[in-house]
This record gives sequence, structure tokens and C-alpha cells, in this order.
Amino acid sequence: MPKLTIDGIEVDAEPGMTILQAADLVGIEIPRFCYHERLSIAGNCRMCLVEVKPGPPKPAASCAMPVAEGMQVWTQSDLAVKARKGVMEFLLINHPLDCPICDQGGECDLQDQAMAFGGDRSRFLEHKRAVTEKYLGPLVKTAMTRCIHCTRCVRFITEIAGIPELGMVGRGEHAEITSYVEKALSSELSGNIVDLCPVGALTSAPYAFHARPWELRKVESVDVFDAVGSNIRIDVRGNAVMRVLPRLNEDINEEWLADKSRHAIDGLRYQRLDQPYVREDGTLRPASWEEALRAVAGRLLAADADKVAALAGDMVDAEAMMVLKDLMGVIGSPHMDCRQDGAALDPEDRGSYLFNPTIAGIESADALLIVGSDPRWEAPILNARIRKRHLMGGFPIAVIGPRTDLTYPVEDLGNDPDVLDDMARGRHPFWRVLDDAERPMILVGMGALTRPDGANILASARHLADRVGAFKDDWNGLAILHTAAARVGGLELGFVPGPRGRDTAEIVAGAGRGEIDVVYLLGADEIDTAALGEAFVIYQGHHGDAGANRADAILPGAAYTEKNATYVNTEGRMQRTWLAVHPPGEAREDWKILRALSSAMGKPLSLNTLEDVRARLAEVSPTFAAGNEGGIVAAPPVRGALGGSGGRLERTPFTTPIGNYYRTDPISRASRTMAECTDVYINATGDGDSKRTGTDG
Amino acid sequence: MSAETTPTAPARDETPFAFSEASLEEARRILAKYPEGRARSGILPLLDLAQRQHGWVSQSVVEAVAEMTGAPPIRVWEVATFYTMYNKAPIGRAHVEICTNLPCWLRGSDEIMRAARDVFGVGFGETSADGAATVSSAECLGACVNAPMVQIGDDYYEDLDYDSAVALFTAIKEGRPVKAGSQIDRQCSAPQGTPTSLTTDPTTDEGGRWIAPESPAASSGTA
Repeated sequence: MPKLTIDGIEVDAEPGMTILQAADLVGIEIPRFCYHERLSIAGNCRMCLVEVKPGPPKPAASCAMPVAEGMQVWTQSDLAVKARKGVMEFLLINHPLDCPICDQGGECDLQDQAMAFGGDRSRFLEHKRAVTEKYLGPLVKTAMTRCIHCTRCVRFITEIAGIPELGMVGRGEHAEITSYVEKALSSELSGNIVDLCPVGALTSAPYAFHARPWELRKVESVDVFDAVGSNIRIDVRGNAVMRVLPRLNEDINEEWLADKSRHAIDGLRYQRLDQPYVREDGTLRPASWEEALRAVAGRLLAADADKVAALAGDMVDAEAMMVLKDLMGVIGSPHMDCRQDGAALDPEDRGSYLFNPTIAGIESADALLIVGSDPRWEAPILNARIRKRHLMGGFPIAVIGPRTDLTYPVEDLGNDPDVLDDMARGRHPFWRVLDDAERPMILVGMGALTRPDGANILASARHLADRVGAFKDDWNGLAILHTAAARVGGLELGFVPGPRGRDTAEIVAGAGRGEIDVVYLLGADEIDTAALGEAFVIYQGHHGDAGANRADAILPGAAYTEKNATYVNTEGRMQRTWLAVHPPGEAREDWKILRALSSAMGKPLSLNTLEDVRARLAEVSPTFAAGNEGGIVAAPPVRGALGGSGGRLERTPFTTPIGNYYRTDPISRASRTMAECTDVYINATGDGDSKRTGTDG
Repeated sequence: MSAETTPTAPARDETPFAFSEASLEEARRILAKYPEGRARSGILPLLDLAQRQHGWVSQSVVEAVAEMTGAPPIRVWEVATFYTMYNKAPIGRAHVEICTNLPCWLRGSDEIMRAARDVFGVGFGETSADGAATVSSAECLGACVNAPMVQIGDDYYEDLDYDSAVALFTAIKEGRPVKAGSQIDRQCSAPQGTPTSLTTDPTTDEGGRWIAPESPAASSGTA
């Protein structure tokens, strides 16, 4: 434990720490541009110069200088401050004075630090250098003349995103950041380099020139575009969501955010359902709430209880599902399901549907088998965590499933469910690797569980987990990776078929055959809506998508940014969103609509406030208990009921549930930014020049 | 070179590059020098090898080297653009690099430039119309004693003046053999003409010890 003094304060630092990290320990902030605690150390901006004794009589870069016993450091001495002023003057030589038209203005590290170390005038009379703009895809806008060459973006894309496409070419004054042969960055995490850029060289393209940071109201919330539950901050101006940024949560997303979560938000402005509709003579006509609720209530009351069914979608909050479940109870129908994709998950057995090792726990796993999943596109943030663990070394990873680039090397065991069966019987070479591991992890994706033999695959995976010792007192290595933000919440509160109830496939088929008269779609758009036959379809949700298109009555609900709602992520972590903006037009929070519907039916539920609904949720599952926000109620590893290696597995290869990452749900399908990403990355039809104008560099 | 801007992306070439049999063998020999997993250290020598075969670093060269070293292409391109000695555009059969730094300039590098323009018809950064040579300006190449000088390929040509430079460049242009090194009667970088010091053999005593001349100050002279 080297002991050193920084500005006269004695610090006990860990061996191998740098001076800058040691200073952070005692709350002394040394200015920096290139240093970032989650990236490798570059030491090239020189802003963190400090005076160090003993040593040569010149300032040292504190971000790269390891601490030593008895070192004395001054961060604010005349020498250090003068050196930083010199560095700042050099940085500003080529930095344009365009802060008034720069999107980074107001939240710019260079601007802030120039206030402390910048001179009040320039001594540089020569021409400033100008750098051509680079094309980095539809999400990242560049203004490369502003670049100060800290290389944070290069290091992020190479190290965290694992897509080594960005680099600094040339040298000295001619150095430029560019992607290889100027192609769009093929990373699902590319938006993060905008956050990392300490100046305005990389800014968010969809957000360009839309708002200033000081105009924005900041609301802390939770992301729902995948089942990871990334923590986000929603920046709002007036009643419009201007942008979404990640919020630090070491257990989930650290400080990163996937591109869809960040940039699909313009979809919240298009295709919105802002008033109730009722179908009359084959066409939907706008109706008042009273009219629509009366029509819906009439249908629900008139139908035979056994002929009413409800399906919950992928972005639905727990409150709405809870109220709908209770309403179905009042009606007396057991036909409801929150698994639109038909995943074979047992709601009775929490351990069998959670990501038990937890996302942060990936870092302590020491072997990984991925079954039927492509985490890179199903949960980009979680995939980044797997990559992080890979970089720590000693982490064999094997995949049974489609061959894809996961940004880290894997052993490809082939796309054949039989391999899993072999492994569960201990007949496969990789079985030995898992068996030898202290904390083996088996990740099962929806590509494996939504198959007809999904239950058998899950049983095989659990059997394998048990055999290789993945169920220990302090470790549960069975990891189910969900793709829908609503799924685990629905399973926790039991939005699943009751006794003799129908599941999703049976509801759809039953409606097609005329055995179901009324189908209530709560934000459910991913089913085959054309197969619902003659049934009366009620759609409650926020976007005019597949469900609303088929609906006979539409009740406009609220999107995740527009309600105080509860979501449970794939780990079983309960988190809450905050109302950032109000729903458009006549739209209302979803649980309130259902509550009003119960009144219209003359069977009012006794859930009158949000607190009532949440109390009811807590009653159903401890996950929703009031003090549990952000936490996980760990599931016991269930060893029993395994029944050998499970039943027969079909030989068909696994597929991934995500065809196009950029268009997976009603919001992203309505988003123009996501449509552009689809053009560039999926269809490869977009080109970098389509949006450029003559004045745009 | 410094006046030219570095291209941000490697240029494509008409005939894609592939390591020849001989250079592939050499490349393997180079890579064998580095420990397991450190093949990236071979980026510099492999780029040099490829440039010797291909003449310049094109996109296909970058990608061939990337494949051999296991580095992403952008890392190879970063290296290639950092060094001026890798040609990022096609060059002529000979690469004439004229030193223009202070000692050479004082000794008449402007005349060498004029000779190059007269023979090849091009200035810095350009290739002659017949493809014989590309002329570039070079920073100090460390042969200041024999200034002014040019580098063509791997060889230095020193002690030039306008006439000898024209003769040299004409020979290059016509593909005739040329003599490397000093173009005047000078041995390596020894003083021009006959020795002016140490003209006699040093003497030794019986014990093998060197005996200083009687009056050292008197024998010293100036060139």
C-alpha cells in the first residue's frame, strides 16, 4: 500500500494505481480529457499534468504515472497550473471558436476547463487547421475540426464495443480520427462515443440542433427496449422527449446505453394513438372515452367468460398487467398470457426464468455456454459485459446456435440442439470445461425457448447446469436472457394462463376458430393479428401498429416515458420509470384505463391509486415490495423436477428472435432514425452522402 | 512530404496485392521473430516488405498485412499513415527523395531540385510523365557531411551539384546503372582530398605504449 501525499493530504493508494486515481480517492479532481476510468490509459491530452517529487523537474501526466511510496504531488502548484495553461493554449490553437453553434455547448469539457485554464486571448495568428467531416453512420454526427485527439472514441469502439473500426491516422498536425475506409460504425453501442467525446467533435446526429442542455428537464427512468432495464435519463423540453442518455448503474449498464434505447425515441412522436377509436361498418372512427369504454365494457359483459382472452405485450408495465389480471379475474376468464412469443417458461419456478447469475455477476463467472441466443443484438449492454469478462481473461465461451459475430471469440459447437443433449449427458468435450469451472454459466436465449420443444431445451439446460455444478450456495449459473422488458414482470405477477387457461398460441388459434369472442390486446403487437378471425379485438396501447390495425376498439395508452410504471428486468430486478412527459391527446396511463373499464362494466376494482396497485403487486410477489426498488429477490435454484435430461429435442437449428435489431417493437418501428439505421446496417442501401449538403463539409 | 496531406483512407489499386512466394517466406521469417500472440509487432517490417514488392501501400496491402498479423486493418493503416516512408499513393519506378534541410540547402539543394525538374519535368510530390521517378522532398537523412544528397530507393547519392545531379537523374531515367554514395572522389564521409592529420604512423615504445609526438601543437593544421 504505497502512501503518498497529494496537495498535503495523505493517501493510501492501491499498488498500481495512478496519481489521478489516487487523487480521485480523496476527492481531488484533476482535469482530464483523454483519461476515462473504463478505458485504457492513453496519456495523450496532457491536461492532467501535476508536479511530482521526487522526479525530474518537469510536470508529469498524472493519469499515466503510477503512485510510489513517499511521493509528493501538487495538483494546484504554480508549475502544474502553468503547464496546464500551456496545454490548454495548444488545444485551443486549432479548436474553432464555434461554441454558439456547437451542440456540445453547455456540457463541454473543453469549454468548462477553458474557463479554468484558458487564456483570455489567443497568441496564434496563423491559419487554423480544418478537417473534413467523417461519415460514422446515421447516429453520430462529426465536426472533426473540433477534435482534440483524446482517442476516447477509438478506445471505446476497440475495447468496449469490440469493433476495431475507428482509428487515428496521420501524425502531428495531420492526425485525424476516422473509421476504416470511412464506413459507418457497425456497432450497436456507437451512441456512447458521443457521450465520451469531451468536445463537440462527435455529437448525436438525430438530436443535432434540437435543444440546449440548459433548457432540458432531466427525469431519471428505465429503458424498455430490451430486457436489460438500462438506467436512463430522459431529457425533456416542454412536453417532448428530446433525448435519452444513460445513467450510471454499475449493476446493469455501467454508463453505457444501446443505440436503440438511445435513438428510437423519435418513434414516440409518430404513429401515436391519441384518442379512442371504435370500429363501425368496417372502419375505425374517433370516439370519446365514454363511448369507447361503454362499447368495450358491453362486449366484455356480453361475452361468455370462457370466451374472453387477454394478451400483454413486450413493453407493458407491471401495474397495467396487474390491473388487467384482476379484471380478468372479475370477468372469470383464465385465458391470458404475457408470453407473446410463446416462450416455454414456467411461471411457478422463478429460478427457471431469471438471469440468475445477474449481469454484474458475469464478471465472476469462469466459463460460459450460450444456447440459442445472440446477446449482441438481444441485449447489447449485457453482451458488452460478457466482452468485458472475456477481456479479463480465462473465460472459455462456447455457442450452440447461429453463427454470429459476438465481438469476442467463441468456440462454435454447431447449431444443433443435439449438442446440448450430448452435453447434458456429459458426452461433449466442452462439458469438461464447464465441469472444471468454479462458476459455470449457461445462457439460454429466446431463440431456444420459443421453439415447440422449448420446455425440453430448458430442462436439458437445467440438467446440464446441475451436472456441472452451476447451482451452488453462492452461485446460480442458469441465465435466461429475455428480449422483452415486460416479460419477467408478467411472469412475476402471474399474467399467465390460469387453470385450464389458454396460452398465446391457443388464444390466437381459438379466436381464429371462433372459440374466443373477445381478445384484449394490452400493447400486444407481435402476434399474428390476422389470425384472430371474427373475434372482437380491443387494443390498448400507445402506437398504431399491428394490434391497433386489427382492433375493433382502441384505447390509447401511455408509452414508458409517460407514466410512473414498474418493470422487472431479465435478472428479476424491479425498477421504476418516472413520468417525464404527459401522454398525447386523450391518452391515459394504462392502469387507469383498465380501472375505468372495470367501472364501466359495473364491477369496479378497489384499486384507486397507483399506491393501491403497487400494494396489490407487492401482495402478489415480493419482487414488487416497496423497499425492493432496484434490487433483486434471488430465486432459489430448483434442482428437482428435472426428469433426466428432458424430453426429446428436435433437430431443427436454433434461430435468433431478432431479425432486425432496429425495428423490434411499436416505438422503434415508428422511429425514422431506426428506419435510417435499417437502411444503412440491415439493407445496406443507405450511403453516407445522402444527407450531406453542399455546406455540410 | 510534409506539404502533402495524408489520405484518411487507403486507396484501392487496379491489381490487388498479394504476397509473392518469396515475400511470403520472408514474412514468415519476420513473424517468427516475435513471441506467440505478438504478431502485431510485425506490422512495420511487413508493410516494408509489401511496399518493396508492390511499390506502395494500397488498401489490399493494408488488408494483406492485417490478415498476416491478426491486427484489424485500421491498426495497420494507422501505422502506415504515421510514417512518411510508406507511400500512400503509387510511385514511379524510382523514388527520388531530395533532402531540403538546412545543411543540404546551404550546400545547394535548390540546384538539385532544379536538376530534378529539368530531367523529370516534375516538382515535389509528383511523378514524371514516363513513370520513371517520383520526386519528394525529404527531411534530414543524416548524411550532412556529404551534403547535398538525395536518396533513391535504398541508396544515398552524395556530394551532388547541378551537373552531377543531372547526370545521375538522367541515368536513372534511362535505366542505366549508377554509382551509389559520393559522386566525387571521396571515400565514405572522409575529408575530401588527402589526409590533413595523422599523416604519420603513431609510434609505440617497447612496452606497446603509444608515444606522443614531441610538439603536438606544432603539427596540427586546418583543412
